[in-house]
Amino acid sequence: MTQKKQASERFTGFLKKFYVFLIFVFLYAPIVTLMVLSFNASKTRSKWGGFTLKWYFELFENEAILKAFSNTMIIAFLSALIATILGTAACIGIRNMKKRHQGIIMGVTNIPMLNAEIVTGISLMLLFISLGIKTGFLTVLLSHITFNIPYVILNVMPKLKQVNNSTYEAALDLGASPVYAFFKVVFPDILPGVFSGFLMAFTMSLDDFIITHFTKGAGLDTLSTKIYTEVKKGIKPEMYALSTLIFITVLILLILVNKMPDPKAKEKA
Amino acid sequence: MKKLVALACITATSVAALSGCGSSESSNGEVIVYNWGEYIDPDVLEMFEEETGIKVVYDEYETNETMYPKVEAGAAQYDLVCPSDYMIDKMIEKGLVQELNFDNIPNAKQYIGEQYYEQSKEFDPENKYSIPYCWGTVGILYNQTMVSEPITSWDVLWDAQYENNILMQDSVRDAFMVALKRNGNSMNSTDDAELNAAKDALIEQKPLVQAYVVDQVRDKMIGNEAAIGVIYSGEAIYTQRENSDLVYVIPEEGTNVWIDSWVMLKDAPNKENAEKFLDFLCRPEIALKNFEYITYSTPNTGAQELIEDEDIKNSPIAFPDLSQYNNIETFQYLGEEFDEKLNELWKQVKSN
Amino acid sequence: MNKKWLATPYLFWAVAFIVIPLLMVVYYGMTDKTGAFTWENVIAITSPEHVKALMLSLLLSLISTIICLLLAYPLAMILVAKHASKTSFIVMLFILPMWMNFLLRTLAWQTLLEKNGVLNGILSFLHLPALNLINTPGAIILGMVYNFLPFMVLPIYNVLAKIDINVINAARDLGANGIQTFLKITLPLSFPGIASGITMVFVPALTTFVISTLLGGSKILLIGNVIEQEFTTASNWHLGSGLSLVLMIFVLLSMVISSFFDKDGEGAAL
Repeated sequence: MTQKKQASERFTGFLKKFYVFLIFVFLYAPIVTLMVLSFNASKTRSKWGGFTLKWYFELFENEAILKAFSNTMIIAFLSALIATILGTAACIGIRNMKKRHQGIIMGVTNIPMLNAEIVTGISLMLLFISLGIKTGFLTVLLSHITFNIPYVILNVMPKLKQVNNSTYEAALDLGASPVYAFFKVVFPDILPGVFSGFLMAFTMSLDDFIITHFTKGAGLDTLSTKIYTEVKKGIKPEMYALSTLIFITVLILLILVNKMPDPKAKEKA
Repeated sequence: MKKLVALACITATSVAALSGCGSSESSNGEVIVYNWGEYIDPDVLEMFEEETGIKVVYDEYETNETMYPKVEAGAAQYDLVCPSDYMIDKMIEKGLVQELNFDNIPNAKQYIGEQYYEQSKEFDPENKYSIPYCWGTVGILYNQTMVSEPITSWDVLWDAQYENNILMQDSVRDAFMVALKRNGNSMNSTDDAELNAAKDALIEQKPLVQAYVVDQVRDKMIGNEAAIGVIYSGEAIYTQRENSDLVYVIPEEGTNVWIDSWVMLKDAPNKENAEKFLDFLCRPEIALKNFEYITYSTPNTGAQELIEDEDIKNSPIAFPDLSQYNNIETFQYLGEEFDEKLNELWKQVKSN
Repeated sequence: MNKKWLATPYLFWAVAFIVIPLLMVVYYGMTDKTGAFTWENVIAITSPEHVKALMLSLLLSLISTIICLLLAYPLAMILVAKHASKTSFIVMLFILPMWMNFLLRTLAWQTLLEKNGVLNGILSFLHLPALNLINTPGAIILGMVYNFLPFMVLPIYNVLAKIDINVINAARDLGANGIQTFLKITLPLSFPGIASGITMVFVPALTTFVISTLLGGSKILLIGNVIEQEFTTASNWHLGSGLSLVLMIFVLLSMVISSFFDKDGEGAAL
């Protein structure tokens, strides 16, 4: 009997692993393709011209691409950070409002997400022009923060809804200040939501092209705008090389960080 | 998840620190250039900066249509833009560009071939506003091993034996150009009956089409994905180099000769520097450098002389003798109402 | 708990960068080229091409959203059940692909799905007949699922991770079987996450145009393509704005429906 149960558990365990594995294959098949293309001696993506490393060398001589890369990272980081702070604070504030007001604000919040990107992009451009702000780094940053905030709110809100208010009130009853009680009781509970909000914002910013295109000024490029303008003459294989490098670096760092002992776990032990 | 957030922070800040340096100020001001993506040899920009001390602020776009609203809105104050024929026509009509002072750009008159100015008259009747930079034709690229006989006519794009083997251009005017030319009409036709006939032809053609693409004709043809594709001549030389089975023809019904030319915007903040930049680009050796980098035909006769590879110098693809062909035309801007009508027809084709 | 003021900076932000630009879109959508008021740009949605494009968009994004949900829910459950420190690593692996550029990833799918692409190469190696994958509605759905799946996994995972294991144990102790526990406890508690996920997948899928262009060979006209073309090639911002106003109504509708599933009434507009 128990043997049978063990066997079936092992089988479902295997099924689960297999399922996760399949999803990973699906998610990573194009990534692997891109990596393979970065070693392709032929410039076109539809022909294999032999193995080469030359795109990697050329990448480091291509100042335009490197500059676009650093712009991309800086904008993604700053916009995600600011959006996370604004968004998390907003969630807490909205949560304390009347239900009807909550509805209105959440509706407004979703607009940048539900608008076609090109509409958001052009309307922001018109706004900046009518305000007399010269398009450039600042305007791109402002726009990115704007479309990032909804992603933060969408991630933090569900967490906040799950927070048990009575624990917080108990802390207040025991004499904790509201700020202290918040950071000790509520904040740890919503932290995963805050993190995933930040990550999603960071990711969305990395990927955006259309809104950046309309709000950027002359001479400022991100990787996306660079890639899109390359389309006419074909994507430079240096781009594949850069993507591969980014990917490998992040993956290695992830594995290293993961191998490191979790300080929190130690604390508990 | 916390770790990944930390990771994002570390990467971003270290990248920021690494790239903080640089951006030197030049003493002789700047020139702000808005060009197609990958449409200039980056070395040329550096050479210009070194020689003149003028900083080039360089920006890129991917279609005439994404460029236009940015220029019209004046969000970033560009000096020079390099649009295509019909778009220049539109910009002249809308008063967005200013007349060029050719006295300050002597190389433009000396080296750019007369026939290109002649062709430009279709959109810039007095040659006052634009200097040709790149040009070419639109034709059919086919794979010798996948067709039964040599192709000479646009008609082949309606041949049922090539079902699912045809790549059409995914831009309104190019697609209608093909259909109009096939029907024996002018590609600048505004006649309702002719346009409707072209629309019906495109709808009839749709089941045979594998995909409507713009730039990807190149990669798909190299990879033997399709037998026949509509393509710009500038891509033909490159694709043939990668796949020797490919052949480029200009169909007998005639085609579109397109020209991308430099224009100066009305409110150009750095007019003098812009003139210097244009003059620099028109030097034969510079034009040659650009030709070698972007492979689209140069209208610079001085540069054409300097080409060492005889095959390319005399290539009928890169430098066709335009007088040999009938019905060669260049796109004109036909007004907003026409654009709307054509887009409406194209939508009907696409949604069918 | 009076912390309403915390939302103030965001409210100002929202007015400046969301509401005002939106009003501009409304202005464009409700006027013609001369600046006179008109309903024409909104009514234009009823023309046969637009109706067809809209219906197709709704259908394809609905299918994609359902597939995403069906794939993501079991996945999130499996991940939650794993050891905590290990799962965060696995969850990160879901976001990682999105750090590669969107256009590059989608182009890579082209390389995989093409007639002479990688997948058909594998099939012919196995002596199986080649499949016509690229430039079909199926390829578009695949592109949508691929690009938006993480948006479904993350919110569901977040909510599931938060469910008190004691509640589930209690249900078990009271005699509920696995399926009952899932239907009565786990599923209802995860509704806020599902609602978020549906919104985050359905909305971008409904408005996309890049995926249908690259993987559909531009043969299939979605409402996103129509709007994009009005703004770019056709430079008719008035019609483009009018149509996006209509699109917004549909998106709002989908949000109302998804909030309806949020039975505890906490969902508000979410």
